[in-house]
Amino acid sequence: MGLTLPILILAIPFTMFLILGLGGVKMSHKLAGILGILGNGTLAVIAYIVAFTYFFSGDPEFIVDGVRQQVQLFDVTWLAFTDRMVVNIGFLLDPICAMMLVVITTISFMVHLYSWGYMEGEKGFQRYYAFLALFTFSMLGLVVATNIFQMYIFWELVGVSSYLLIGFFYKLPSAVSASKKAFIVTRFADLFMLIGILLLSYYVSSTPADGVLGGASAFNFLMLNAQPIAVLQSTVGATFMGASVLTWAMVLIFVGGMGKSAMMPLHIWLPDAMEGPTPVSALIHAATMVVAGVYLVARFFPMFCIVPDSLTFICVVGAITAFYAAVVACAQIDIKRILAFSTISQIAFMMVALGCAYNEPVEGVHYSGLGYMAGMFHLFTHAMFKALLFLGAGCLIHAVHSNNYTEMGGLRKYMPICHWTFLIGCLAIAGIWPLSGFFSKDEMLAAMFSRHWFWGAWMTMVAGLTAFYMFRMYFLVFWWEENPKYKHEGHKPHDAPWQMSLPLIILAAVSCVAGFIPFGELVTFNGEPYHIHIEGSVAATSLTVAVLAIALATIMYAKKNPWPERVKNFWPSLWRAANRRFYWDEIYMFITHKFIFNIICKSIAWFDRHIIDGTMDGLAAVTQWTSVKIKGMQSGSAQSYVIWYFFGAVVLAAITWICIL
Amino acid sequence: MDYSQFGAMLPELIILGVFFVVLLWDVFGGESARKALTPLTTILFGLATVAIWILPSSNIAAFGGMYVDDMACKTMKAILNVGVFIVLLQSAKWVESDQVAIRKGEFYELMLVTLFGMYLMISARHFLLFVIGLESASLPLAAMVAFNKRHYESHEAAFKYIITAVFSSAVLLMGLSFVYAFSGGSLYFNDIAAAVIGEESGLLVCALAFVIAGIGFKLSLVPFHLWTADVYQGAPTAVTSYLSVISKGSAAFAFFVIFVQAFGTLYSALWEWMMYAVIIATITVGNLFAIRQKNMKRFMAFSSISQAGYIMLGVMTESALGLGSMMYYIFVYIVSNLAVFSVISAIENKTGKLSMDDYDGLHKTNPWLSFAMTLAMFSLAGIPPFAGFFSKFLIFTSVTASNSMALYMLVLIALINTIISLYYYLLVVKAIWINPGEAKVESFKSDGSQRVALWICVAGIILFGLVSSIYQYCIDSATNLIML
Repeated sequence: MGLTLPILILAIPFTMFLILGLGGVKMSHKLAGILGILGNGTLAVIAYIVAFTYFFSGDPEFIVDGVRQQVQLFDVTWLAFTDRMVVNIGFLLDPICAMMLVVITTISFMVHLYSWGYMEGEKGFQRYYAFLALFTFSMLGLVVATNIFQMYIFWELVGVSSYLLIGFFYKLPSAVSASKKAFIVTRFADLFMLIGILLLSYYVSSTPADGVLGGASAFNFLMLNAQPIAVLQSTVGATFMGASVLTWAMVLIFVGGMGKSAMMPLHIWLPDAMEGPTPVSALIHAATMVVAGVYLVARFFPMFCIVPDSLTFICVVGAITAFYAAVVACAQIDIKRILAFSTISQIAFMMVALGCAYNEPVEGVHYSGLGYMAGMFHLFTHAMFKALLFLGAGCLIHAVHSNNYTEMGGLRKYMPICHWTFLIGCLAIAGIWPLSGFFSKDEMLAAMFSRHWFWGAWMTMVAGLTAFYMFRMYFLVFWWEENPKYKHEGHKPHDAPWQMSLPLIILAAVSCVAGFIPFGELVTFNGEPYHIHIEGSVAATSLTVAVLAIALATIMYAKKNPWPERVKNFWPSLWRAANRRFYWDEIYMFITHKFIFNIICKSIAWFDRHIIDGTMDGLAAVTQWTSVKIKGMQSGSAQSYVIWYFFGAVVLAAITWICIL
Repeated sequence: MDYSQFGAMLPELIILGVFFVVLLWDVFGGESARKALTPLTTILFGLATVAIWILPSSNIAAFGGMYVDDMACKTMKAILNVGVFIVLLQSAKWVESDQVAIRKGEFYELMLVTLFGMYLMISARHFLLFVIGLESASLPLAAMVAFNKRHYESHEAAFKYIITAVFSSAVLLMGLSFVYAFSGGSLYFNDIAAAVIGEESGLLVCALAFVIAGIGFKLSLVPFHLWTADVYQGAPTAVTSYLSVISKGSAAFAFFVIFVQAFGTLYSALWEWMMYAVIIATITVGNLFAIRQKNMKRFMAFSSISQAGYIMLGVMTESALGLGSMMYYIFVYIVSNLAVFSVISAIENKTGKLSMDDYDGLHKTNPWLSFAMTLAMFSLAGIPPFAGFFSKFLIFTSVTASNSMALYMLVLIALINTIISLYYYLLVVKAIWINPGEAKVESFKSDGSQRVALWICVAGIILFGLVSSIYQYCIDSATNLIML
């Protein structure tokens, strides 16, 4: 493959950002929208070409003896500080990268199209498209990064564009504070990631240049596959609080992923991020950016495998988060919040799947890389049906002008397209055969059972909860009792314009068939094809649980009845706690306001005001004083200039001479 | 004599060619043809610039080693050419103004002659050739400074310039005569480098100090800088910007070659300490005076003095890495400084206003100019991610690479001075964006060529830092400096 296509993949969205960002003000909304959509459509086509060439061309560049290769299409030196401290910028292509290219550009294109209808007439329409392009650019840069430094740069850029888009309605105080919250929380997590990166790069660059690492650049993680890392671990030997430095480094890097992927306890920003426009939530906070953490773990998978403790850590964090988010989702009123918690829960699902994967074949179990494959598979299917659900929610909000299901009810008659596509999304996420969610979830559960029955059982329970809360929402929105307002008002809710409905239909179709993609042939941790087969007992269990949960939801919510109220009043404090997300925000508020602001911030503020500012003020005062004192030197008379000149030279010589004597 | 040796001087010949075309066109072209002089010069010079960039590096020595053209010299010349090209663009409006239009040919010719002199300074490996280059770069500049001949300040500036220039030449030649004495009768750089001198005599110290003073005049190093402010203020703005970047850049390169090559290892223990003191004085004094200036051109004069100190840091490294960082610094400095001067001259041409107070609220009336000015100030102050940050960073790292405590101290002092410089650079930004009150400069559309110049500068400010291959290119060419 030449260089043209990969460069275009990065250049197109960036150019779109520049054009729309700089020239957008002078464009009409229509032109800006068409430009954005066309640019992104081209981008998607190019990304498909690249991905299909990678997977199916059989080119020996990409596949050797049936093993898919990791290819650097280009990798140029950007900054070379020393021989080992080299920062490269490049374009990597391997199975997960090619898959992500497809996911990002597809969802991005759908969202571009959808937004044309959804954001119509909004002030700052061009700015919105410019930010979308910036986000697409950063996300693509992140997935194709050849080294961790490049990844980190784009990681932060993704955070910035997320910040800009959440706070798009910058006149709403809630949007502004949500964007700040998202930025601060993820940035806080990135701090740990940075420490992890620095730890790793320090130890890599301090290994002897003629060793196994062969003078590897400090940030090049392609060099850091399993074997050199093992050597590295044995040579480093340093431990801190009972764990090796490498374990610490990997856990710290994962903390960065926890921030972006909204794992407990850093999940608090994601529900608030729903203040952004709904298509943005679909693109960034459901399908692409929030899975960056999963991608990070997958990208570093060989390194995580060397330190199994870190994989266990990932598993535990994921399992707790998945359960927590699923419970909270059962007690939310705002449909976007429900979807947000559902996203958290599903991403945690992928994390657990990755945490359950083994790098090497384990005797008796043939599932060594299954968790990895299944996690990636679910990433793909989840991106499609979750984007579908969010875009569907956008249609609902667009029609009803409220986020709460209490304002909806009985909408199936008014919005048939939205209703059917939403139902497909719900069935897919619940894991009903033959929709895509069934296949990926089944593989994940099989991987978890093979690791330990506990993980499998626990996550099956989460899957049941998922089916329950999704159908709770579905029935409350589309069935239950028709909102009496629709009868009286002249303005009845109706299906959205074609720009918004078309993406729904496309994504619904993809969600129906994506499960039949032979994913094991395409994406595996070592590039070797992996034959998927449905594990009968696991599939039967998960399907039964899902169907039972849906049945329960149907009984409770299909028609208006007093049961939900009774269940709620059975243990009101539990319901309230779940509704308030188990008070995590309050805990954070308490800690930040009482402890951090009072104890840490005040002392830092004092130091800043008196020591730092004092030094600067002193410097300024001395500078000013000297400046006044010596101004006479610049007298304006040429004679004195020449005299100064001559004496300068003579004094210079004299002093030097005296010094050397 | 073998005349084919002239073929080695290809960059010089190209510039001479442009010069002769401009001269003949100006003299024999007649009234109507003269109108086309500005675009003609600009286009021809642009072509010359491209030609010099893409010229294969020759690594030739000619005239018995007096003249050398290698990759480093070629790159330096090409960098200067970019600067001159921007100056030509930004002055296109001014040369068409009533009082100047009739003499615009002279302006171009003088400028090309000085550029030719600077080329010789860069390529000279013999002091005689160097002095010829230096003089032909200095004397015509006096005429350029006096170009606004109806303005009293312009005359005064030219007078001060010529007095100091002549004096500095005298001091330089005095120093060179001492050099001639102890090198055993040769002015070739490599002969001087090879001449072994028994002990460190007063003669040697004087020679070094006088040569520093002589070239320090062109660079306006402290205490040889006093002419700078008055001349910068009085000269036409196009000439000021030419003086502040091009003249400085060539002198800095020549300085490096002379001190590292001719006075290289043998005497470096001596001149290093002299330069140490001079650099600290230059950066600090430049900053201290810049704080108090209200006139933009005077302000930029002191700013450029302090920037010259940073450029000279490259000399202290005595390594190819240092030379490369220095060339890169000069390149970045050229685009940043010329961006400032482009804005200053655009505003001066339209309104005649030059005081910093007049820039209050500029963003309301001229947002693009304000934007360019702000970027340029950020770059000069060294704020990431603009090019100025990278150039400062790289020159500092190249100095600290030699691991000496004294040089660490030097970098520390330079860093503290960066903070001071931040203050006054941001004063301009503050005036433009924050200072209250009605805008004093009305909204205007700047001239096309000026806009092109500004776009080139802004692109440079943003890209030169991020595109690291430019820096790498400078380093690569610097390692090819021929040490005869």
